[in-house]
Amino acid sequence: MRLLVLFAHPRPRQSVVQRAMLASITGLPDITVRDLYAEYPDFLVDARREQALLVEHDLVVLQHPLYWYSSPAIVKEWLDVVLEEGWAYGPGGTRLNGKFLLNALSTGGPSEAYHSKGRNRFAVRQLLAPYDQTAYLCGMGWLEPFVIHAGRKLDVATLTRKAESYRDLLMGLRDGRHDPEKHLAEGYALPRGFTQRQEHTRHAT
Amino acid sequence: MQLDQFLLGAFVYLAAAVIAAPLFARLGLGSVLGYLIAGVVIGPSVLGLAGNDSADVMHFAEFGVIVMLFLVGLELQPAKLWELRKPILGLGTLQVAATAAVIGGVAWLAGHAWEAALVAGLALALSSTAIVVQSLNERGLLKTAAGRSSFAVLLFQDVAVIPMLALLPLLAQQAVAVDDHSLTAGLPAWAHTVAVLGAVAAIMLGGRYLTRPLFRWVAGTGIREIFVAFALLIVVGITLLMQLVGLSAALGTFLAGVVLADSEYRHELEMDLDPFKGLLLAVFFIAVGSGISFALLARMPAMLLGTVAAIIVLKLLVLLPLARAFRMPLADATRFAFSLAQGGEFAFVLVSFALGLKLLGGDEAGLLVAAVAISMAFAPLLMMFDDRVLQRRFAAGGMSRASDRIEADTPEVIIAGHGRFGMTIGRLLQANRVRSVVLDHDAEQIDALRKYGFKIFYGDASRLDLLEAAGAKDAKVLVIAIDDREKTLTLIETARKHFPHLKVFARAFDRVHAYELLGTGINDVYREVFGSSVDMGRDVLTALGRHPFEARRAAVLFKAHDERMTRVSATHQGDTSKLIDTWRKSRAEIANVLASDRGDVATDADPAWSAPDREDA
Repeated sequence: MRLLVLFAHPRPRQSVVQRAMLASITGLPDITVRDLYAEYPDFLVDARREQALLVEHDLVVLQHPLYWYSSPAIVKEWLDVVLEEGWAYGPGGTRLNGKFLLNALSTGGPSEAYHSKGRNRFAVRQLLAPYDQTAYLCGMGWLEPFVIHAGRKLDVATLTRKAESYRDLLMGLRDGRHDPEKHLAEGYALPRGFTQRQEHTRHAT
Repeated sequence: MQLDQFLLGAFVYLAAAVIAAPLFARLGLGSVLGYLIAGVVIGPSVLGLAGNDSADVMHFAEFGVIVMLFLVGLELQPAKLWELRKPILGLGTLQVAATAAVIGGVAWLAGHAWEAALVAGLALALSSTAIVVQSLNERGLLKTAAGRSSFAVLLFQDVAVIPMLALLPLLAQQAVAVDDHSLTAGLPAWAHTVAVLGAVAAIMLGGRYLTRPLFRWVAGTGIREIFVAFALLIVVGITLLMQLVGLSAALGTFLAGVVLADSEYRHELEMDLDPFKGLLLAVFFIAVGSGISFALLARMPAMLLGTVAAIIVLKLLVLLPLARAFRMPLADATRFAFSLAQGGEFAFVLVSFALGLKLLGGDEAGLLVAAVAISMAFAPLLMMFDDRVLQRRFAAGGMSRASDRIEADTPEVIIAGHGRFGMTIGRLLQANRVRSVVLDHDAEQIDALRKYGFKIFYGDASRLDLLEAAGAKDAKVLVIAIDDREKTLTLIETARKHFPHLKVFARAFDRVHAYELLGTGINDVYREVFGSSVDMGRDVLTALGRHPFEARRAAVLFKAHDERMTRVSATHQGDTSKLIDTWRKSRAEIANVLASDRGDVATDADPAWSAPDREDA
């Protein structure tokens, strides 16, 4: 399985967690990493190019910090421009059918804050409802989000360990050690007509 | 002619024009009527200031009609002329044939010889191009549906004069020596045809391929009056050529105008010739007015006024049904009919020619000339009646005026100066289908750009008349990118004074020039190399390894800051110590802004979104 990681951070030099996560997965075979803010500093997202990349991959990872309970702006722009009607959804829009979507996030707050009793009042799973539905509409499988909470307060060893677990997750999915259909987000049912594509399956070594 | 006599005549005509035209224009009656009345007043019947030479004067002033048709042609691109082919051939032919038949028939029934009746019918079928085009143009109606149809018919009439003149000698019972100036008179028919076709081809080809290099050459000299002389030379030359082959000079110059309508020198030609046209036409109308014979009016008033009334009524009776038959809405049909319901200047030519052939008696000829002149004097009143009474009733009655719309080919943007700076703007606008006009005074540049399909005109953009001709009244934006610091300032002032609705964007050469331009009160000032320097600086930052989005933000912040500082400094012009102080502060300020954006300044978290989490620690 081939993975496409879309990384989005407007000020990567100021990030700690995202940089660690990015470093852990950069340079791996069959895992394509793209820095959206670097590719499109003027926000002119090239829909054709992005669509071609999507076709070549089986699993899309949206990796970014959680800003205002959502993504940095360019991810929204990317979704708006790339996931066209008749391509990603709607009549004839079946190009993403059978692929998977994974959100890989970092938050400033601790995990307790993302709870009905916490200061942010919603679980991350709830806040990500737009991605849940986006994946569903496009006929994709939506995987359990990968989240690193309160990363700035972690010591270097813990952060490194968490970044490595992120890498293990991606590599496991890539090599078929993890079955993505068994890693679906809690309560997410595959859309009707979902058939996993095999064309890019990487042969286990 | 003695000089003082000529000067005296010129003085009388000019004085009449200067007094009458503004008076009538202010009364809302139009300048044409003013000139005609002024002619009556200075003519032999009233003051007797103008001598009995009105026929000579008119012959000279007819050149004004020729210049006018050249200018009308300039407004009409070949493609638009082609669209007019149906009204010209269909409407034109039918109008001339039907009017000649009806008026000739009535004259014959009234007891005139059939030859005389036919001459009268033909002569009266024609309308006055000078009066109609001038009046329609003055009221901005020439480009409306009714205006176009009227013009098409007039154009056909101007051409029809030639075969009419050829027909008259055939009617004459005794052979009369025809005074024919044309070189082709003695030639056989085929040679005549060849000569005519050759002349027309010469105008088309010359207009297309010869004038451009000639214009460039003339423009290269930079002498203004040579441009005017060249423009006049074209018109006079074509007039002579047409006379040589026995064709209508008006038609020839009109064709030349059409050929040159696509040329970028069009505005320059229009501006150079317009005063000549205006003056000559004024003289022409005054001559028509002074030619009205009041002696004849006194001798047989009922007969003369009856003839005038008959001419107008019969013409209306032909024109109105014809317009309806060509599916014009009622409002357009009456405008068309009332515009053309008068005799024309070519009637004078036909009548005097027929008199020479003894086809008409002296009294008949005198009556016709007087009636035509009086009907011409009534023409502006008829058009006014249509405008003020009929059109208003149609408008009130909710009649459709859709066909009255003036074409939407006015530019949105005028770009003054199409060098390296203006060109980029022009290309961006062109790529986005913004209607724009380019003004430039570099003939070489113009020639190169024409190939890229720019609508481009030669001239000094700081001249008010060129701005006006380019459509400054209806444009929204003026882009100033001319390569002259002083002229940029002049142009801003001209635009702000005469076209205050225009949004002005000006290119500054450097910071000092920018201060000067900002000093005029406009805000859209762009230093010519500033934008690209910042762009390059941004890319240098990226090349050094700075994240592309961070480099972008640094560039945008820097640019905004610098633009703001330029505007602040512009207000301190002349005060050096204050200027230096401002810049010292400004340098420190931008360094801080950029450092904090990069995160170099001690901030404990990601500034984009961190606030809610800080208390959690």
